[in-house]
Amino acid sequence: MFHVTRRYEFAASHRLHSVELSEERNRELYGKCNNPYGHGHNYVIEVSVRGPLDDATGRAVDTARLDELVRGQVIVPFDHRNLNAEVAVFSRTVPTSENLGYEICRRLKQHWKQAFPGEWPKLERIRIGETPRNIFEVGADEIE
Amino acid sequence: MVITRKVEFSASHVCRNPQFSDEENQRLFGPAANPHGHGHNYVVEVSLRGDPDPVTGMVLDLKELKEILTREIVDPYDHRFLNYEVPPFDRVVPTTENIARDIWQRLEPRLNDERRQLHAVRVYETPDLYVDYFGEHPCST
Repeated sequence: MFHVTRRYEFAASHRLHSVELSEERNRELYGKCNNPYGHGHNYVIEVSVRGPLDDATGRAVDTARLDELVRGQVIVPFDHRNLNAEVAVFSRTVPTSENLGYEICRRLKQHWKQAFPGEWPKLERIRIGETPRNIFEVGADEIE
Repeated sequence: MVITRKVEFSASHVCRNPQFSDEENQRLFGPAANPHGHGHNYVVEVSLRGDPDPVTGMVLDLKELKEILTREIVDPYDHRFLNYEVPPFDRVVPTTENIARDIWQRLEPRLNDERRQLHAVRVYETPDLYVDYFGEHPCST
């Protein structure tokens, strides 16, 4: 069994603000991230896939196909966007990296079978780096 | 406890399966199928799992580990055209997956003893693509 990881980047802005909390509580909880004008990051995402080796190609995953899936489901809709204003789910959900991780994982899982119709490879996990010092990891089994 | 040591080598390769047509190879491997080959600066991280020796406090002397990695990986792989100069890549496509497995097979007999086992081999082909291989143990599937 091989575990193949591919790294991608996108740049986006966001604001951490929960509609369920008061202005004051939001400021206290999210600090600088609650700035009403928002702010941005160069996000780095790692997508890990596992599978056995295909005897003919010597590969566990067709990386070109994986690139196409990630590009269509994540990079194009997220890159150079304001996540709160332009990605529907984040009009209701706070775009923390935790929630971003869930959303990316959900999108990849939803479209996985179209890209990889066989039994293998399977999506294993995604990691999202908001900055090089803050890394969040979501296992594919953790979400529906 | 798991300890990891990193080494690098630079090598060229071409990804093509001689059983397929040029067109099919191009479709499967893209630019990596260019018959003249191309190269990468590979980075290899080798992880060992074991208990520290009660006297030395070490799982394995890192100097010894470096010597093993240099002898078993860097010396045969560095500045080589893998398909032409490094068996088994005369008959096995030198994808990152197959390189990770070959490195595992070269290292396992040199590293494993009653105190420690090879735990993982991670091979970066570029900073954006890496493969982790933990051997063919049933628990890793």
